[in-house]
Amino acid sequence: MSWLVAAPILVPLSTAALCALAWRSIPAQRGISLAGAVALLLCAIGLLAQVAGGVQVMQMGGWKAPFGITLVADTLTAIMVLVTAIMAVAVAAYSLGDIDPVRERNGFHPVFHALLVGVGGAFVTGDLFNMYVWFEAMLISSFVLLALGGTKEQLDGAIKYAALNLIATAALLLAVVLLYGLTGTLNMAELARLVPQVQNQGTVTTVAVLFIIAFGMKAAVFPLFFWLPASYHTPAVAVQAIFAGLLTKVGVYALLRTFTLIFVGDTGWTHGGILLWIAGFTLVAGALGSLATKDLRKALSWQVVAHIGYMVMGLALYTPLAIAGVVFYLVHDIVVKTNLFLGAGVARRLSGSSRYEGMGGLFRSAPILALVMFVPLGSLAGFPPLSGFWSKLVLVQAGLAAQSWWIVAAALVTALLTMMLAGRIWAEVVWKAHPAGDLAGLGGFSPGRRVALVAPLVALSLVTVTIGVWPEPVMDLAGRAALGLLDPAPYIEAVLGAPAPQPTMVGELPVTPAAPGQGGAP
Amino acid sequence: MHSLILRTGTRLLLALMVLFSLFILWRGHNEPGGGFIGGLIAAVAYSLVALSFGVAEMRRMLPADPKTILGAGLALAIVSGLFAVVGQGGLLADPYMASRWYISYTETGEKGFAIGTPVLFDIGVYLVVIGGILAMVRGLMEEL
Repeated sequence: MSWLVAAPILVPLSTAALCALAWRSIPAQRGISLAGAVALLLCAIGLLAQVAGGVQVMQMGGWKAPFGITLVADTLTAIMVLVTAIMAVAVAAYSLGDIDPVRERNGFHPVFHALLVGVGGAFVTGDLFNMYVWFEAMLISSFVLLALGGTKEQLDGAIKYAALNLIATAALLLAVVLLYGLTGTLNMAELARLVPQVQNQGTVTTVAVLFIIAFGMKAAVFPLFFWLPASYHTPAVAVQAIFAGLLTKVGVYALLRTFTLIFVGDTGWTHGGILLWIAGFTLVAGALGSLATKDLRKALSWQVVAHIGYMVMGLALYTPLAIAGVVFYLVHDIVVKTNLFLGAGVARRLSGSSRYEGMGGLFRSAPILALVMFVPLGSLAGFPPLSGFWSKLVLVQAGLAAQSWWIVAAALVTALLTMMLAGRIWAEVVWKAHPAGDLAGLGGFSPGRRVALVAPLVALSLVTVTIGVWPEPVMDLAGRAALGLLDPAPYIEAVLGAPAPQPTMVGELPVTPAAPGQGGAP
Repeated sequence: MHSLILRTGTRLLLALMVLFSLFILWRGHNEPGGGFIGGLIAAVAYSLVALSFGVAEMRRMLPADPKTILGAGLALAIVSGLFAVVGQGGLLADPYMASRWYISYTETGEKGFAIGTPVLFDIGVYLVVIGGILAMVRGLMEEL
């Protein structure tokens, strides 16, 4: 047992509490927020080091699984927590230069960390009902962050976001309840043992499809993604960046976890059927949507959708290579998307618009920033040797090995369309002369603000380049995570302990062998 | 709102409701009740003050700003789980939220009074609910 397993919940929760206590002092809140994010990062590094020695489990309050609240961290969890923590530090730093005083006074910092509590909780939980609760916690914080600032555009986006996400939440709760009715437990390790023993496997598949709908809506897959392009471009840049980087990926993580651990009875239908089709359509729809808009932030929002398609594709192929590809893609995509949205925020600040016709001149006014921005943009399009190239390569390779020709075609077409978009963004935002003449450039910002805005961009770009030129450690980790997902025995054993007790189905009496000498009925 | 009946009634009810909420909080330790429901009752009591005497009067009656109460409650709830850091097995041997108890025994060896860290958690919840609801009430009523 390790206390670090609880850190993804406890550290941001404590940070949020301290920020709330320091409500009146904005400078104190800023310091606490940044310190909390850094503390989370340190804990995440420690957790990743610990899971190398095996799956880490903490039974909260000492109540044993499957009855208590179980927190579990395997390699996948630790990777996700680490990436989340890196994003938390980057966005917390960026927000110091970006968030306006009104939003800060209305509690941006505590709510930002409350959002991280939800994200971290969803990653470390070992129980499906708790996952639902963490999704809720995440959702409530995201409502606040989305509406914070209160412009008309924001409220419009927030209402669409809230309405559609509440439907997804209802679907998730329904699915959870049905699964509980079938098996009598919601502990994921226990479910992994009990679900194959359910008599009516058709019902299990139905519940599985319900989970695809619920988590798919959270992950913004085709055809359930409409809330995302309708709302993601409206809030403050720091909020956009953390949303684009993390929120949909929590949905992908939930799919990845449940569809490798629990719903593996009918992979031909759930994975090779539904998820594969969803992946193909998500890829193409997202890429086309991003080309159809003339607003940088909207184009990037559509790109969030498109790249979810790659991850779902890997899960749908369901081979060790493909699952490793998904994990690699998650890491790459979270870093790149956060970076792109942060970069778009700086570009918007400099040029005063986020529509293509009002942008441009970045290369002349801020050449270094333009070069830094090239990294996530090129990685998004998949230029070698950046991280996007390797992650796409692995997935395409897995697709070819599984002989799913058309999903490979969809992936490659999407990559091509994304490259077009990257070219267009480069031409419209960076190369083209600004309609209003020369821009002031980064020199227009105060030194403190310049550091807060640009340092996260540089750091995240460095992460992307590092993963790109040195992909082996990350791929190695992703491979370990994939092995842990495809062979869940150590996970189950870590949670439930070995040897596992004989399971009891709902509606059946436990069969106890009659003791010798006592005979049957008296 | 200037209603003599409401104001008089609130004067009478406030203390009763707060006391009742504390009773519910305490009762929740072993029986139905608890921090959440107790916090709701206390929040309703203060909301009544806000309705009849105005938000400023409500804030004057509270010992601290609602948001501070919320933060303090959250911190208390987190801290209540941290008592598990030290235990018989050594440092960090027990999981987070493992409860710690003080139990007094009578001279005959029977269990007497018992109190543990879960009640701290419940008090934290109580404060979070009061703080959260009153912050909302305040925000809504100040906009009206």
